[in-house]
Amino acid sequence: MSKFKKQKKGLPAISTASLPDIVFMLLFFFMTVTTMRETDLKIKQPTLPHAHNVQKFEHKNLVSTVYIGKAIDGSDKGDFIQLNDKISRVGDVKDFIFMKREQLQEEEIPFMTTLFKADIESNVGTIADIKRELREIDALKISYAAINENDK
Amino acid sequence: MARRNLPEINAGSMADIAFLLLIFFLVATTMEVDGGIARKLPQKQPPNAPPPPKLKEKNVLEIAINRNDDLLIEGTQRADISEIKDIALEFIDNGGGEGNKGVGKCDYCQGGPDGVIDANSSDHPNKAVISLKSDRGTSYGAFIAVHDALGQAYTELRNRAAMERYGVSYQALVNQQKSDKSQKLRDKISAVKEMYPEIISEVEPTGN
Repeated sequence: MSKFKKQKKGLPAISTASLPDIVFMLLFFFMTVTTMRETDLKIKQPTLPHAHNVQKFEHKNLVSTVYIGKAIDGSDKGDFIQLNDKISRVGDVKDFIFMKREQLQEEEIPFMTTLFKADIESNVGTIADIKRELREIDALKISYAAINENDK
Repeated sequence: MARRNLPEINAGSMADIAFLLLIFFLVATTMEVDGGIARKLPQKQPPNAPPPPKLKEKNVLEIAINRNDDLLIEGTQRADISEIKDIALEFIDNGGGEGNKGVGKCDYCQGGPDGVIDANSSDHPNKAVISLKSDRGTSYGAFIAVHDALGQAYTELRNRAAMERYGVSYQALVNQQKSDKSQKLRDKISAVKEMYPEIISEVEPTGN
């Protein structure tokens, strides 16, 4: 009888000393593979189109993103444009690009890209208006955001 | 000197701190990498600029999308989005005549289906212009679908050209560029791009 009792007692506590190491490893993994969320969307999350011919960006700081989509509550049928953190109008695009340019070196400016993150339902007209603005200030590199079909 | 035995620092809360940081990064960051279809806008012309030289009708492939997202090729022929890629392929790769900049005849073009060269299609890939005309009411999804189809057509042609010349596909060359920054590789890529330059012109959308 006494033999059984001894066995019950002798369970050692699991050492948690390596837990911080594991968690730190996870932490560093996430720190390296993710990027900071830049903006909160004030419009409905745009449904991006799918495409096969998608190129990824190498330098993220050279990309200025223009969001185009519908109102968050669906009340207004028109397209909304979001720059940085607020809903804007086509006329604000120039200032937005100028502001981005100020943060960069002079020699980097020709490599700046404007990325359109537009909903598949939005109109080409809205994008054409923005493109006209961009042409006027010589921000000629553009990119249409799309989800890479080949990744699947 | 009296050496006291230093008590061990309790590391039990380290895990909690690390978890806190981990959760912060999980919430504040995103995993997705942005990608897109890259295009270049034409430079703004000064108001007194001379009109651009007239292009020959046969060197322009006109694709129009109306507000119902229907496609019209060359103003007469209706098409489905799935056909665009092949239409573009045939048009670009026709190689019926001399190229721009004294390039001469296109010796790497394969012509249309069965290698037939259409006299009414483009002269040379570097002369072939695809003109994309849309309506203001065209949906962005349809617009991108056409852009993507055209991009695919060019990628396919470039892949073939690179395969013939260097034994590797164009996409493989571009992927190599991530690790290999040599001038030689860059020259190869630009040589292939030169063979099939992407000339897509977007016409100002009609309607209101």
